[in-house]
Amino acid sequence: MFRFIFSRVLQGLAVILGVLCITFALLKNAPGSPLQSERNIPEHIRAQRMAASGLDQPLPVQLWRYIVSFATFDFPVSVRTPGRGVDEIILEAFPVSAQIGLSALVIALALGIPLGALAALRPNTLDDRASMVAATLGICTPSMVLGPLLALVFGLKLRWFNASGWYDADDWVLPALTLGIIYSAYIARLTRGGLRETLAQEFIRTARAKGASEMAIIFRHAFKLACLPVLNFLGPTAAGLMTGSIITESVFQLPGLGQHFVGAAVNRDYDLAMATAAFYALLIVSFNLLVDFLQALLNPRIGFKA
Amino acid sequence: MSTAPVSRVSENPWLQAWRRLVRNPVTVAAMMLLVALVLICCAGPLFSPYHPNDQDLELKATAPTRSHWLGTDTLGRDLATRVMHGGRISLLVGILATAVASIIGVGYGLIAGLSGKRVDAAMMRLVDVLYAFPFITFVIILVVIFGREFWLIFIAIGAVEWLTMARVVRGQVLTLKNLEFVLAARAAGAGFWHILFKHMLPNVVGPVIIYASLTVPGVMMLEATLSFLGLGIQPPDASWGVLISEGAASMETLPWMLIGPSVFFSATLLALNLIGDGLRDALDPKSTQG
Repeated sequence: MFRFIFSRVLQGLAVILGVLCITFALLKNAPGSPLQSERNIPEHIRAQRMAASGLDQPLPVQLWRYIVSFATFDFPVSVRTPGRGVDEIILEAFPVSAQIGLSALVIALALGIPLGALAALRPNTLDDRASMVAATLGICTPSMVLGPLLALVFGLKLRWFNASGWYDADDWVLPALTLGIIYSAYIARLTRGGLRETLAQEFIRTARAKGASEMAIIFRHAFKLACLPVLNFLGPTAAGLMTGSIITESVFQLPGLGQHFVGAAVNRDYDLAMATAAFYALLIVSFNLLVDFLQALLNPRIGFKA
Repeated sequence: MSTAPVSRVSENPWLQAWRRLVRNPVTVAAMMLLVALVLICCAGPLFSPYHPNDQDLELKATAPTRSHWLGTDTLGRDLATRVMHGGRISLLVGILATAVASIIGVGYGLIAGLSGKRVDAAMMRLVDVLYAFPFITFVIILVVIFGREFWLIFIAIGAVEWLTMARVVRGQVLTLKNLEFVLAARAAGAGFWHILFKHMLPNVVGPVIIYASLTVPGVMMLEATLSFLGLGIQPPDASWGVLISEGAASMETLPWMLIGPSVFFSATLLALNLIGDGLRDALDPKSTQG
């Protein structure tokens, strides 16, 4: 098991390194520079600021410095935001995104798994049809439609929450609901598929034959295996949700991480773009590691093979 | 099937799949809905008395009337015409970006699966790396590098959406390449490219069609996201994403500006998703997913 974890961690680090290299190559090929929007600064000051951030060095040196600085947690200060390290910017925005993302995940699971299980346990009944229609509708509702609708109904008409902004303690509810409802639809479909496939297998028939109750069959025998497709989906989804959904953040005007992914790329803020990419890759890799680990625990046929 | 004449020993599997597809009432309804939407978007503007970008500043924003079925926007432009015109753009981006993603994904997956272990491992590690990439940054940088021209947007989207397709195709090739008919072809002296085109490609078409049909709505959502952020289709032209973002900005006072484009966009996504489900049931009868 330790070999399994060790080799996965090593693979994950290689993936993060790869992400850094590709981000760097893309950024350096994009026209423009981090100071392009500040037009009225003299040439020598511009050169000085670029040099202070190490942007006058040869490209391989720059890339190497990024890798070293991320590996040693000694983060660069962006040339666009003097005095504020990129770690400061990310750590300020991450709690907002993480709170919304985690709540959305809980909502999605709490809605999606019962809905999918209900559909799978009563195949081809009205319950099954109705929940799958609901799930399909959920998948087809873009967050840019659902978000404004929720803001309109619960924010502007009923006045239960603020329609946008990040002021009160309950401002996470509407954005989390927007994302949670949409993702619950995916989870419901995956749960239904996974559970139906599992219930059709031999070992379930064996359990039935030896007289296990329906409850015991579902919870003790089927559920572990039926969770696998959902678990697979959750890895990248959790990472994506926690790093902020850019649409939801812009609809509800939240100071989350999503804005920095867009802003860094649009402004050619090399340091911030490298840092956000590394952070995103770190989360993806960590969640995938967690999913692999849980999968090996839940399904003895997969096991801890390195 | 029991009524089929005995002499027909084996029927074309594609014909069988088509039969299964049109026997599913939900899929048929979804196909009709999609055809109707495409027809409205393509032919509608020809019959509309308005130009999608013509402003009527005296009219400004008005709720739906008999002469403006979906109302007008803040510049007095006819929304129905703009929605139909935007639909052309959104559907075109959806189809072209899916085509780009499919071509890259299928080519990459075929070559990775059929090549030796080392090449395969290296190619799939690159896919792992790209999976861990913040796609929004990737697309924005691509748009920044290539400019915001229409025909480059679907290339940028296609360039990020091919990863799952590559994995699907490679998985398929790995199970296919050790089957007897491939070994026989190899023993008869068939080369890499011959096996790839003659034996692998025809056998991955099924999964590719299924996955491509489910990629179209995803791609359209991505285009809408980009347009919503102002990085996609540039004004005065509008895709559904642009129209929805304009509508969302003024939904409290001018709700019809959000409702019209949203209904069209969601209906299209619904039809595409249902067709994708139907195709999966028809082409892969064993699957119980979904």
